[in-house]
Amino acid sequence: MSFFPHLLLALLEGTVAAAVLALSALGLSLVFGVMRVVNVAHGEFFMLGAMLAWWTAKMVPGGPLAGFLVALIVAPAAVGALAFVTERLLLRRINYDPEATIVATIGLLFVIQQLALSVFGADAKPVAAPFTYRIVFPWFGYSGYKLFVVFASAAILLAIWWVLARTRFGLIMRVTQFDRETATAFGIPVHQVYSAVFVAGAALVAIAAVLIVPIQQAHYLMGLDPLLMSFIVVIVGGLGSIKGSVIAALVIGMADGIVSVFFSPTLASILATLLVAFVLVVRPQGLYGAPAR
Amino acid sequence: MNANLAKVVVLHLAVLVALFAAQFLASEYAVLTLTRIMVLAIYAVGYNFLFGYTGLLSLGHAMFFATGLYAAAIGTTRAGLSAPAAFAMAIMIGFAVSLAMGAIILRASGVAFMIVTLMFSQAAFLTVLYFGGYTRGDEGIVIPDTIRAFTVLGISVDLTKPVVRYNLALLLLGSAVALTLVLVRSRFGHVLVAIRENENRTSMLGYDVARHKLIAFVISGTLSAISGATYALMFAYAGSTLASIQYSIHPLMWTLLGGASTVLGPVLGTGLMFMLVDLASSFTNANLLMVGAVLISLVLFFPKGILGTLRQRFLPWLP
Repeated sequence: MSFFPHLLLALLEGTVAAAVLALSALGLSLVFGVMRVVNVAHGEFFMLGAMLAWWTAKMVPGGPLAGFLVALIVAPAAVGALAFVTERLLLRRINYDPEATIVATIGLLFVIQQLALSVFGADAKPVAAPFTYRIVFPWFGYSGYKLFVVFASAAILLAIWWVLARTRFGLIMRVTQFDRETATAFGIPVHQVYSAVFVAGAALVAIAAVLIVPIQQAHYLMGLDPLLMSFIVVIVGGLGSIKGSVIAALVIGMADGIVSVFFSPTLASILATLLVAFVLVVRPQGLYGAPAR
Repeated sequence: MNANLAKVVVLHLAVLVALFAAQFLASEYAVLTLTRIMVLAIYAVGYNFLFGYTGLLSLGHAMFFATGLYAAAIGTTRAGLSAPAAFAMAIMIGFAVSLAMGAIILRASGVAFMIVTLMFSQAAFLTVLYFGGYTRGDEGIVIPDTIRAFTVLGISVDLTKPVVRYNLALLLLGSAVALTLVLVRSRFGHVLVAIRENENRTSMLGYDVARHKLIAFVISGTLSAISGATYALMFAYAGSTLASIQYSIHPLMWTLLGGASTVLGPVLGTGLMFMLVDLASSFTNANLLMVGAVLISLVLFFPKGILGTLRQRFLPWLP
C-alpha cells in the first residue's frame, strides 16, 4: 500500500480512537470536575461494560443487533448500580478525601479484576458487531461499524454538553462543582448530586465499552489501557475542565491512532506519556485547567 | 527529650538485633522469606520517606525499583560488570532517574501528582516491554551464579549462600532504617513534615519547598532503586512483572498497613503482608483480591496503620 491510502487509514483509525477516548475520559473528567476525586477503578468499569456486552450477546437470541441493543441498556445499568454502591459504601464514608479515595479505588480495581478473572476466565472474548456493512475505498475496505462508533460518540458528547449547559440538573452540577459549601447552603443536596455524577460517569464509560468491544474483544485486563489514556487526557486537558478533556481526547486519540498504524501501539503510549511530561513542564495546570488556588 | 532519644535508639537496635538472631532460629524456608522481606522492606522504607514524611503519595515507585533491578541485571549479564560494580552503577542510575523524574513530576501537585506518577511508571513498564531484546520482557533475565560470587575489598562474597544473603540484606535494611531515622529527626526532616502539614505556610516561612520536595523524592527513589538492584543480584532474576503497576502499589500497601510516617512501620507492614499472602495462598490463589480487600479495609477502618495507631494511643515518642 502506498503512502496516501496508508495515511487515510491512519486518519480513520485515529478518528475512531479519538471518539472512544473522548467518551471514556469524559466520565473520569466529569467525576473529577464535580467531586474532586479520581476514580482509579474507572478502567475496570470499562472492562465490566465490555464483559457485560459479551455476556448479553451470548444470552440474547436474535443476532448481534439485538444483543447490542440490550447491552446498551444492561451494561450502563449494571455498572451504574455498582458505582452507586461504591459511592455509598466507600467514597461517602471516607468523605471524598482525595488520597483515601485513590487508595480505596485502587483496591476496588484489584477486586474487580480478580472477580472478572474468576467469573469470566482469562481468554479474550470476541463480540460480533451489530452490523457488518463495509465501506469500500479504492485501496481497502473499512468497517462501517467503526464510523458508526464515531457518530454515536459525537452524539453522546453533544447530549452531555446539552445536559450540562441547558438543563436544570446541569446547572445544579455546575454549582456543586464551583463551590460545594455554598451549594449546600443554598439547599442543593450535594450528596445526591455526587451520587448521580458518579453513577453517570460509570454508565458513560460502560456505554463506551459496549460501543468499542466489537472492535477490540473483551478481556479482564483491558481496563488499564483506557484508564491510563483517560488520565493522560485529563492531565493534558487540565484537571476538572470538561472542555479541555474533550479537546485533548481528540488530539491524543488522533495521534495515538496514527502512530499505532505507522509504528506500534506501545510506542504510541510511550509518546503520549512524554507529551504529558512536556505539558507539565510548559503548562503544569494543563491546557484549560485553572492554576492551583 | 534525651530519654526519648534513648528509647528510640534502643527500640530500633532491638528490632535489628532480633532480625539478626532470627537466622539462627528460623527454618531454611523462613530465612529465605525473611531475606526477601528485608530486601523489599528497603523499598517500603524509601517509599515511606516520600509518602509518610513529605506527604507525597506516589503511585509509580515501581519505575525506580525497576531501574535498580534492570541496571543490575543488564549491567552484569550484558555489560560484563562485576556484581559490586553493577550495584554501584544501579545506585547512580537510580539517583539520576529519580532526579530527572522528580524534576518533571513535581511540577504537578495534589491529585495530579498521583496520576502522573502512575502514568510515568506505566510508561516505564511499557518501555521495558518495548525493549524486550534487552530486558527479555515477561520471561525476564536470569543472572548466572558465577556472577553472583565475587570478591570485594579482599572479602569473598557468595550471593548464592542463604546466610550471606540474609546478613547483607539485614545490613542494607539497617542502613536504610538508620538513614531514615537520622533524616526525620534532623532539621531537614522537620521541614518535610511541615510541607506535608501545610505547604503554603512552610513556603511563607521562607523554606524552599520545591527543593526540599525534590531532595525527598530523590532519596526515596534512590532507596527504591537500591532495593531493586539488591533484589536482582540476590534472587538472580529481573522480569517485567516487577516493573508493573502492582509493584507500585505494594510499597503503598505495606506502608499503610505498618503505619505511614513511622520509621519501622513499612518494615512491619512488609513482613505482615508477606505472612498474610503466605497464609492465604494455602487456600486461594486470588492474590489480587486480597490486595484489594486489604487496601479498602485499611482506608475504611485503619487509616493510621499499626504503628501509627500505637503512636497515637500509647507511644507518642515513636518516630
